[in-house]
Amino acid sequence: MEKKRVVITGLGMITPLGIGVEKSWNAVLAGVSGIGRITRYNDPNLPVQIAGEVKDFVPEDYIHPKEVKKMDRFIHFAMAASEMALNDSGLKITEENAERVGVLIGSGIGGLPAIEHYHKAYLEGGHRKVSPFFIPMLIINLAAGNVSLRYGAKGPNSAVATACASGNHAIGDAYKIIQRGEADAMIAGGTESVISPLAVAGFTIMKALSRRNDAPEKASRPFDIDRDGFVMGEGAGIVILESLESAQERGARIYAELCGYGMSSDAYHITTPSIDGDGAFRCMRAALKDAQIQPEQINYINAHGTSTKFNDELETMAIKKLFKDHAYKLAISSTKSMTGHLLGAAGGVEAVFSVLSICNNIIAPTINLDNPDPLCDLDYTPHKARKADIEYALSNSFGFGGTNACIVFKRTIF
Amino acid sequence: MAEIEGKVKEIISKQLGIDVGQIKLESSFIEDLGADSLDNVELVMAFEEAFGIQIPDEAAEKITKVQDAVDYIKGKLG
Repeated sequence: MEKKRVVITGLGMITPLGIGVEKSWNAVLAGVSGIGRITRYNDPNLPVQIAGEVKDFVPEDYIHPKEVKKMDRFIHFAMAASEMALNDSGLKITEENAERVGVLIGSGIGGLPAIEHYHKAYLEGGHRKVSPFFIPMLIINLAAGNVSLRYGAKGPNSAVATACASGNHAIGDAYKIIQRGEADAMIAGGTESVISPLAVAGFTIMKALSRRNDAPEKASRPFDIDRDGFVMGEGAGIVILESLESAQERGARIYAELCGYGMSSDAYHITTPSIDGDGAFRCMRAALKDAQIQPEQINYINAHGTSTKFNDELETMAIKKLFKDHAYKLAISSTKSMTGHLLGAAGGVEAVFSVLSICNNIIAPTINLDNPDPLCDLDYTPHKARKADIEYALSNSFGFGGTNACIVFKRTIF
Repeated sequence: MAEIEGKVKEIISKQLGIDVGQIKLESSFIEDLGADSLDNVELVMAFEEAFGIQIPDEAAEKITKVQDAVDYIKGKLG
């Protein structure tokens, strides 16, 4: 059977740069940092005091007040970003198409803040202090579950938990579901919200986080020699994927085509990327193969670019290994320099940025790249956004566990 | 005692996200006020918290209407 072509018809996002696609995208193009001092809790003993918090988010704007308390914040974000994406796409879920519309939303960690809260309640007051909504508010698939419930989407419903690759895996898996003809449209992406003392403590003790507390907006500096770890962000990025036929039939606006998805595993270490960037290399290669294109055809890479020593060096190495001379010609950027690292939401958010880069022929910058690491010698679009002709864009996500997912978008004019 | 009734309705209003005006003594949580079984559990917990009482599971199961809650709490606070 012939594979269905899959296009993007709707975008939705919430990031530390703003609520909504327009605000986040404009901030990214302006090179604004969304990182600041943590305001959600106060623990002066934690060595890390900075994060990319989403500000001024009111869940009741998107969710019935009665339902708000049944979901942890990562689900609130998924609900809001899904609403934005669906409205943007104009896709209506009706009795006729309900079974052909699915939801696949990833999250790296899920409701850890809810776990912290109710664990304390349990220790203090026993089981009768634990909410009957505790389990549904924290489990990862309830992001997709609640979105399907809200809109009556009765097609495939699933979730991905592959750490920082969750968003990309979710979008890639959803793409394959449509390609195989099992659904006509999928609400797909990633969501995350774990800016909580326990999560920050956990990442801190791994030495994964930047400790640049005195200059938060300078802390996320991918590919820079002075980078000292990633900065945790929160938010959600959701796209509406649709078969080309479905999109054309209803006269939908088409942003771009999703034409390639690759996966790989490092099989090397639980948290350190494989030493020569081999997992990332094989993942990008698989995505290009799936897209049936040559490395020279990629114009832009939205890098994983976390601002950790290992990732940025090894991702660069992997790009050079795959793209050879072309590695020095294509444009790369890490939007994490502005959003921070949204973990399981990163792939979702960066898919939206990649699609908008293609549509607007503009590449978002990597900010704070003041002194490039000599081992990071490619064109990372430092400081300022710039115009570029983009036909193909690649978005990379690599997760703890050595799990990798890359997706390829194509400019499409119909 | 009208105080208890008012407080009970207020709690229900907050927990279920509905106007106090819609809540009547004869209202059933599930049939009239849109609650599900998990909402019921949470409502009972909220009553316990607000009135400083314990409502055992056997008693909680019998509280299906607003009146049931008011009567039970009145009995407890006697």
